[in-house]
Amino acid sequence: MDLIEFTDKGLCCKAGNFYIDPWKPVDNAVITHAHSDHAYAGSKAYLCHRLCKPLLQLRLGDNNYQTVEWEETIFMNGVKISLHPAGHIIGSSQVRVEYNGEVWVVSGDYKTEDDGLSEKFEPVKCHTFITESTFGLPIYNWKPQQEIFQDMKDWVCLNKEAGKTSVFIAYSLGKAQRLLQCLPEAGLPIFVHGAIWNVHEAITRSGFSLPDVQRVTYDTPKENYIGNIIIAPPGAEASPWIKRFTPYATGICSGWMQVRGNVRRRNADAGFALSDHADWKGLLATIKATGAEKVFVTHGFQAVLARYLTETGIEAAEVKTEFGNEEEENSTAVAEENQ
Amino acid sequence: MRLFAELVSTLGTSTKTNEKLQALSNYFATASEKDKVWVIAIFSGRRPKRVVNSTQLWTWCNELAQLPGWLFEESYHVVGDLAETIALLLPEAVNADASFPLHHYLETMTGIEKEDEIVRKTFILESWNSMTQTERFVFNKLITGNFRIGVSQKTMVNALAKSIQLDASVIAHRISGNWDPATTSFAELLSEHVVTTDYSKPYPFYLAYALEDDTQTLGDPDQWQAEWKWDGIRGQIIKRNDELFVWSRGEELMTDKFPEYHSLKNHLPNGLVLDGEIIPSENGRPLPFSLLQTRIGRKNVTKKQLLETPITFFAYDLLEYEGNDAREKILSERRLMLEKIVAEVNHPALLLSPVISFSNWEELAELRKQSREMGSEGIMLKRKDSIYQVGRKRGDWWKWKIDPLVIDAVMIYAQKGHGRRSRLYPDYTFAVRDGENLVSFAKAYSGLTDKEFAQVDHFVKRNSLEKFGPVRTVKPELVFEIAFEGIAASNRHKSGVALRFPRINRWRKDKPVAEINTLEDLKKMLEIYGK
Repeated sequence: MDLIEFTDKGLCCKAGNFYIDPWKPVDNAVITHAHSDHAYAGSKAYLCHRLCKPLLQLRLGDNNYQTVEWEETIFMNGVKISLHPAGHIIGSSQVRVEYNGEVWVVSGDYKTEDDGLSEKFEPVKCHTFITESTFGLPIYNWKPQQEIFQDMKDWVCLNKEAGKTSVFIAYSLGKAQRLLQCLPEAGLPIFVHGAIWNVHEAITRSGFSLPDVQRVTYDTPKENYIGNIIIAPPGAEASPWIKRFTPYATGICSGWMQVRGNVRRRNADAGFALSDHADWKGLLATIKATGAEKVFVTHGFQAVLARYLTETGIEAAEVKTEFGNEEEENSTAVAEENQ
Repeated sequence: MRLFAELVSTLGTSTKTNEKLQALSNYFATASEKDKVWVIAIFSGRRPKRVVNSTQLWTWCNELAQLPGWLFEESYHVVGDLAETIALLLPEAVNADASFPLHHYLETMTGIEKEDEIVRKTFILESWNSMTQTERFVFNKLITGNFRIGVSQKTMVNALAKSIQLDASVIAHRISGNWDPATTSFAELLSEHVVTTDYSKPYPFYLAYALEDDTQTLGDPDQWQAEWKWDGIRGQIIKRNDELFVWSRGEELMTDKFPEYHSLKNHLPNGLVLDGEIIPSENGRPLPFSLLQTRIGRKNVTKKQLLETPITFFAYDLLEYEGNDAREKILSERRLMLEKIVAEVNHPALLLSPVISFSNWEELAELRKQSREMGSEGIMLKRKDSIYQVGRKRGDWWKWKIDPLVIDAVMIYAQKGHGRRSRLYPDYTFAVRDGENLVSFAKAYSGLTDKEFAQVDHFVKRNSLEKFGPVRTVKPELVFEIAFEGIAASNRHKSGVALRFPRINRWRKDKPVAEINTLEDLKKMLEIYGK
């Protein structure tokens, strides 16, 4: 019997009586991070990183949460568990599970570049590695964060010159905070959508410091926006909400923007391929660094990555999960963020 | 190359014509003379010939990127564009910021056309190695010769007009015809002198918009000339300096493709330009467009083809007479001269496109119903006192097309899109009933609203029966009305028919699959309209 099994409720460790990121209610859930496709409501007890808890509270309400620090060891039914930085968003973790000398690691979502916000990703040695593959194609290789940040600042300047407001489209949890690493350097006021404001509040309440932003409210005078910076979640792009910024230009921040067609399909004025997931090289380097003998590839281009790994001599198989359902990506984001 | 690559990125992401115009005129204000000539060439469809093919490009890319072929294909499938896929897969260049100006690459390309593969490969690899990712993308686009980025020749001409203060219609004329960007300077290209020395130069075509309002809004029917609208290739026949030239509307010189016209050289007077339709006909009656298609794209025409598909020219306008530009004369005058010339020349390949006589709009509406029987796709309305304008203009000329033929069919396959639609399923295949079976007969792409399209896409993703690469077979449940312009017999399709311009007319949510049209219905249509 495998230490971690793929069941219809999620990744299950029978020996430890817990699930990792289950998509149906269970007794014990270990949560990698607070994005909605990884953190579902209804479980009796949750285990997560200290920085993840306020975000889970924001999304799932009050529950029985237990928090740990990175690399802190706890046991469940004699199975050893520890969380390790995944570098994806604030409080995101990989889960290391050890039992009878066998080590499995579940990556959750991860990125290998240090974004200066989420703790820097570290590969964890293991026998079996369960990896995501959102951008598991060789066309996805990211430019360094600093270069993309520079492109963004340049774009803001261009818009300002043309008398336009710069509207960045970014996920409210993760990407929006990451943008705040660079946008304040443009020296302009930054306004955020209510959904982003809520996340911002939750994070700062937990003692984490983020640059100042203002909330877009019903009675903010429209002149305040002109030439300045707005951050809004996906879904706001096509809603009447965005009209108040006219004249404006939209710039979508997502790894999918690596392909020109996606920028045009979303009818955006600019696309910034800034991703919170590992790129192709990041995935391969990580898999190698774990030293895993066996790799399970989940959500994303699992078939492609599994085949490539197999051809390069690493035993790999694809696994279907409910994570990062590509086809739902946009619609769920809209439903969630517009609340 | 950097400047041009920036221009292409701006043009590619901007959604407003005004922004595109601005980007282009900025480019014309800053770029070097030589590069400007090439940009005019590129945006008016005058690219250098392909020096390497797609297979060579991706093979060399894979050698550099060290990827298995299947992985390249997977990537291509997601990106949907070969030039872009390669740009994304190539390892980072050593000298990423050392590119040459645009004209260097284009002129080298023209120069190595006949060289050995190794020379051409070296050129490509060295070029890649001095470029940024965006430059590589644009370069690959130029190489693969597939350069559609939403900029029309009209936009380019308008931008040029803005930056050199010359009338757009004058520019359109000067940059038309036969010129080589490698040897023509910017000043020469736009000078008046060239127009008078290049004997092959056609005039820019005057194009009509579709008539959307009622004919009554056009006023007095006496002011209008009506003609049949033909479904051939719009063209100009030019006779100057004892030479004959045939141009298509796409500004392609097609003189050699149609031997039927060659003896016109001995009959037409010099200094003559005719506007009309290149179309196969028998006894003055047009043959279907599908027959014309068998002639286009062929280098050598066989005797059999000449017999089966005799190409004629239905002349409907006169643009130059005795060496003088006649475009400022009014239509009724041009028409009189045209009729006289066609009668005098009396050549089997040169026919006069007839004028339809009518006394009121109701009568013309009745006559329009005979369009299909006439082998035409509707009626052209031209104001009798109109001059011959440049490009597509409203007001004086209108096309008044007949309603398309329609058939109700069920969707059976959906195919992934390319480029901006690479994560969606926008290509559908439709079937009609044949007893208990479904027979596919048409593929169609557009015609749905964004909202409907999203619903269909949703359905496809949840009702797939099988997957074959990019194609999914879907549960035959959604019924659509398919519109098309013509129907012809075909032994290449299972259904035995080929449709012209099939597209989705509307979604028949009201109609169950059991009530869609049958193969028998299609065959009946073929009998009526397919001749």
